[in-house]
Amino acid sequence: MGKKLLLKNDHIPGINTLEVYRANGGYSVLEKALKTMSPDAIVEEVKKSGLRGRGGAGFPTGLKWSFLARPEGVPRYVVCNADESEPGTFKDRYLMERIPHLLVEGMIASSFALGARTSYIYIRGEYFYIARILEQAIDEAYKAGLLGKNIFGSGFDHDLYVHVGAGAYICGEETALLESLEGKRGNPRIKPPFPAVAGLYGCPTVVNNVETIAAVIPILEMGGEEYAKIGIGKSTGTKLISASGHINKPGVYEIELGLPVEEFIYSQEYCGGIKGGRKLKAVVAGGSSVPVLPADLILKTAGGEPRLMSYESLGEGGFATGTMLGSGGFIVMDEDTSIVKNLYTFARFYHHESCGQCSPCREGTGWMERILHKILDGHGTLKDIDLLWDIQSKIEGKTICPLGEAAAWPVAAAIRHFRSEFEEYVTHPERIRDIKHYYRLNASGVTAG
Amino acid sequence: MTSTEDITFNPESLEKVKELMKRYPEGRHKSAIIPILHMAQAEFGGWLSVPTMDYVARLLNIQPIEVYEVASFYSMFNLQPVGKCLIEVCRTSSCWLCGAEDIIDHLEKTLGISVGETTPDGRFTLKAVECLGSCGTAPMMQVGADFHENLTIKKVDELLEKFRVEDKQSRYC
Ligand SMILES: Cc1cc2nc3c(=O)[nH]c(=O)nc-3n(C[C@H](O)[C@H](O)[C@H](O)COP(=O)(O)O)c2cc1C
Ligand code: SF4
Ligand code: FES
Repeated sequence: MGKKLLLKNDHIPGINTLEVYRANGGYSVLEKALKTMSPDAIVEEVKKSGLRGRGGAGFPTGLKWSFLARPEGVPRYVVCNADESEPGTFKDRYLMERIPHLLVEGMIASSFALGARTSYIYIRGEYFYIARILEQAIDEAYKAGLLGKNIFGSGFDHDLYVHVGAGAYICGEETALLESLEGKRGNPRIKPPFPAVAGLYGCPTVVNNVETIAAVIPILEMGGEEYAKIGIGKSTGTKLISASGHINKPGVYEIELGLPVEEFIYSQEYCGGIKGGRKLKAVVAGGSSVPVLPADLILKTAGGEPRLMSYESLGEGGFATGTMLGSGGFIVMDEDTSIVKNLYTFARFYHHESCGQCSPCREGTGWMERILHKILDGHGTLKDIDLLWDIQSKIEGKTICPLGEAAAWPVAAAIRHFRSEFEEYVTHPERIRDIKHYYRLNASGVTAG
Repeated sequence: MTSTEDITFNPESLEKVKELMKRYPEGRHKSAIIPILHMAQAEFGGWLSVPTMDYVARLLNIQPIEVYEVASFYSMFNLQPVGKCLIEVCRTSSCWLCGAEDIIDHLEKTLGISVGETTPDGRFTLKAVECLGSCGTAPMMQVGADFHENLTIKKVDELLEKFRVEDKQSRYC
């Protein structure tokens, strides 16, 4: 069994309530931190832990915290990113639904460390029922004196609010999130200035993912150095992985970073192997934005080493033969899956979610969706594959925010690793029509249900 | 349709609106626009008509255009009327891999409408939406605020029976 830090009490009935959470040691870390540590000492522990942002980019959290500007007399804000809209990702939902107080405790501790009097949890609107769970937890915390004035007699005052979005993937991008929180359209801002200098209402702001904030509690509990011993190399600690697709046991798993991918896919402790004993075809390892890898490259690196679930190992080989850990949205595809059709669902997604500010993204995403649709319809040509490649290559680095790249990378990777499948679609459209050009229904189990 | 005069939150909602505006610093109450639009959509017929948006603008003391530009940006706000039950089926990768197209086909056939349409009796609107964070329990659909996961054709049929008499128009709860 791998080490569990975030989900260690997940099995305890009623752990979502303050009473049970506290009976199992909840808020004792916060109490100790507020009573015995200085804000800077907390930042120091987070730095030592090597924790990297769990929202997708993997930026070192301690470093990000140390960038926060601290001008006199200007409020600072902590904002939790609970927008979770990256296809394949559902771990934040799980954490918030099961152990809401871990996030609340983490928000208070982080806000104390960063000197924020007020903090917000920005949660995607579709998660309304989870917003209610969080609000209930926050209510309980206020009543118990864990929020509000003079928490644990430390002199630290804090208010925490939940803020719901209304359906926009782009609001997961931190500057779009801040725009949205200010009551505007979710258009990403041009950086610099970074949120650490001018974020919410123009004030210094730290934006962190749900899982990042929650991880602060075990880090303070065990100390940064101990936390850094878990995991592998610069991938310290544990990570929540959302596993979906053609596996026997989809769900959220907390893994120690460094777990071999093969073990994650095939062992009974995790995904339990491919559904129906079929063969593995490909994996999207870190949410829709990261490059897809064929079975051989996800199980082993190009150099023949076992591929591990870590930032470095998944990234090994760059985009030529590697991918990224991203948000940990692990989508598994069996041998019958159409890579082209799967890519089409991604392309349609990015086209739908582009905010429209930059032409390469606004036009490029729509164009890629249309070409893929044409190919799936049996009307594509070999030239269309090259055109698709050309369009994706002209988006990277030319947009305000990384959504453009997130839309381009999956297209590039699919063509790079599965070009022959694209070619088959355009040279033998009659075969494609034969197989109804998507994953065959009976295998999905849906029609049988 | 609600006439302009009818568009006033009930006293309980008005209290909630005040509470929401207080969550943000002095002078920053515009931040409450999304939560308030959700409430307005739920209370005034499941969609945001121009009079409804104008009412929200008055509540927030901002220009109507500021409300229109927000309402039109976010996919959860309906700018057209919807049926009493809004069925939203996820169509993105993980759900597609697990048979979302079967679910959509079945709903289209059973309800006699295509994705994006409302049944003539005004009961059901069917939409296909992007990933809702239930990829591990795919395929899924959201109806009102509720998530319905690990869908099968049988389960969809049972749910449809229930929805023939229940109203599930808004995701706000
Ligand atoms: C298009 C786009 C969508 C994003 N969506 C999310 C999201 O849903 N949740 C999240 O935590 N980070 C998301 N991010 C990353 C955030 O911009 C930001 O890096 C993150 O919230 C920082 O938190 P972390 O350092 O704790 O990971 C997204 C980024 C982009 C470009
Ligand atoms: S890259 Fe796309 S989503 Fe990002 S700001 Fe530009 S148009 Fe908007
Ligand atoms: S892909 Fe359907 S819920 Fe995520």
